[in-house]
Amino acid sequence: MATTQEWKFTAKDIALKPDAFLPGHRACAGCGPANVLRMVMKATRGPTIVTQATGCMEVVSSIYPYTSWAVPWLHTAFETAAANASGIDAALKVLKRKGKVKQEHVDIIAFAGDGGTFDIGFQALSGAVERGHDFLFILYDNEGYMNTGIQRSGGTPMGAATTTTPAGSVMPGKLQHKKPITDIMVAHEMEYVATATPYYWKDMLQKVRKGLEVEGPAFLHIFAPCPRGWRSEPSNSIDYTKLAVESCVFPVYEVVKGKYELSTPSKLVALAPQKKRPITEYLKGQGRYRHLFTPQNKHVIDELQRFTDERWGKLQKKVEQSA
Amino acid sequence: MKKVYVKQELMALNGDEAVAFAVKQADVDVVAAYPITPQTIIVEKYSEYVANGEVQTEFVCTESEHSAMAACIASSATGARTFTASASAGLALMHEMLFVASGSRTPIVMAVANRALSSPLNINGDQSDSMAERDSGWIQIYVENAQETYDTILQAFRIAEQCEVLLPVIVGLDGFIVSHTLENVDVLSDDAVKNFVGERILPDVLTHEGKKVPFKLDPDNPMTMGPIALPNYYFEFKRQQEEAMKNALTVIQQVHDEYAKLSGRGYGNALIEPYKLDDAEVAVVCVGSASGTAKTVVDELRAEGVKAGLLRLRTFRPFPAADVQKALENVKAVAVLDKSISFGGNGGAVFLEVRHALYDAKSRPLMVNYIYGLGGRDTGPKDFKKVFSDLHIIAHNKRADKLVNYVGLRE
Repeated sequence: MATTQEWKFTAKDIALKPDAFLPGHRACAGCGPANVLRMVMKATRGPTIVTQATGCMEVVSSIYPYTSWAVPWLHTAFETAAANASGIDAALKVLKRKGKVKQEHVDIIAFAGDGGTFDIGFQALSGAVERGHDFLFILYDNEGYMNTGIQRSGGTPMGAATTTTPAGSVMPGKLQHKKPITDIMVAHEMEYVATATPYYWKDMLQKVRKGLEVEGPAFLHIFAPCPRGWRSEPSNSIDYTKLAVESCVFPVYEVVKGKYELSTPSKLVALAPQKKRPITEYLKGQGRYRHLFTPQNKHVIDELQRFTDERWGKLQKKVEQSA
Repeated sequence: MKKVYVKQELMALNGDEAVAFAVKQADVDVVAAYPITPQTIIVEKYSEYVANGEVQTEFVCTESEHSAMAACIASSATGARTFTASASAGLALMHEMLFVASGSRTPIVMAVANRALSSPLNINGDQSDSMAERDSGWIQIYVENAQETYDTILQAFRIAEQCEVLLPVIVGLDGFIVSHTLENVDVLSDDAVKNFVGERILPDVLTHEGKKVPFKLDPDNPMTMGPIALPNYYFEFKRQQEEAMKNALTVIQQVHDEYAKLSGRGYGNALIEPYKLDDAEVAVVCVGSASGTAKTVVDELRAEGVKAGLLRLRTFRPFPAADVQKALENVKAVAVLDKSISFGGNGGAVFLEVRHALYDAKSRPLMVNYIYGLGGRDTGPKDFKKVFSDLHIIAHNKRADKLVNYVGLRE
């Protein structure tokens, strides 16, 4: 495709590439998603239209009459990122046939948070993927409804305190585990599904580019800490995206045409299991888990460790079966 | 001298098929829709056109009406002429997105085959669905029969896409009564429609650098659409929509008149259609297909010497208050018929608007409201005769005892 740039993604390359997500937005200090958006846009390969679900990143980047977007950008509602992508895709196809769109190809990226993906936007996402629209859906997962003041989502992990799952005297934060959204998307039998974190930025950018190159739907799940919602130090946001991989809370991997493959950072953990960090190293320092470090809530940490190990084990099995 | 209109062909179409045929001729780029009775025939028929390569349209059969409307907004924002159809629960599911469509100034055309809302579940016709969306910023035009459905869908694209309007349009056709009834429909040739509807106009907007660019998502001219507007700007956006609605009053008439010259078919002044109203002493106001029955009853009463008349309200949003006032101010007693109910309100949606429009009239008619036909309850000539006979008494007594009434109901 003529629009495909060679992907080197060295620090120099991405520093030289003009930003499409511009400074001046109103995101908080240490915002994981804002970092993710800026970097993701560095991996675009040509004309691109972005559509976004309602959420922090939509709100901070589009306060009228200002905008952080140097590419065409559309927001309609909270649950509609994938449906918007369907409409843009359909319009581009027919307008191209009629000679009303000049570009040989236009990429479509739909951004949504965990609310707009796991929960309210899930039906639209599932439908758009089933219909096979050509777009990359990027989930920036900060594990809660942070825009409305830190409420639980289907992506919030067990034990995390949110404003709708507060740590109380009888309830230790959220009672349910995180929904396995990536597996659910894999079950849609799409060509490309992957997970990434901004600490491993090169890996993340390559996955964005791979997702864009797929002709049809692709799904990328990016881990993006929210220091306000996680009650964590803003300067530690990116570090948490390393710890999450090293503790296997958030392994990074690709599923290409149904075949699972661990990406290098997680592959290293699989090869040297003794280096796998205990979950407590990841949990500590995050205020949302502070209440777990008490004798009466130790069982929650134990359950989180067991659950993390179980999902990691299942993932490794899928990787083995794919080999 | 006899006027010469463009050559037309007679087709047997029901209302839904008339919609699909008009949409096909209007060379619509994208149809994103979800099937729901009694609109289903529209998307089924259109799917046939797509399957047989008769249209270039991208047809997106979404997983819900909510997504259908979101896809329509996005498609329209990308510059495509966009159409959808819905009814009842489907329209209600779109509710959130209807406001987004009008606020985003996306000129989508939607056919609503008017149907009752649950609960209890009912698939038959009434106008509760689109009347409940009257404040969503969509233009609303209600038609009487399949012929008018065809004519109005063609006009709707022109109205919606006009730069001084740039608002989405609902064309309401009564579920089953119009949507499923086979009628003779005169259709224009493809070329005549092409000339009349034309290509979609994209208004120019100014960038921050002062450059004029077309209002659409375009990688060459990046634009942020659907932003957040805080209290310092939101209000102005809404005021602009109201201005566009006012402009629509004129544009709806212009487009209608142009079409009438082409086809020989017009419907009143496009906003209202008075029938034997000039010297009427008693009159009925209604919306949609019931006016067909009402006209018959008016004729019968006229033959008996009763000065009966009818006002069909064709355009409900924007509401043609001045026209309604002028048409009714000399009538002694008026009954406004509502095919929807506003629970706890002091009358139905149409009644409230019509009565309000008459408040400043030189002479105010006595006015009463009748709720009729909910959930597809048949409303026949005898019901209209009952209403006219009530009006006769009201006009004679110069007093209406009961403001809100029901016709065709067991009580």
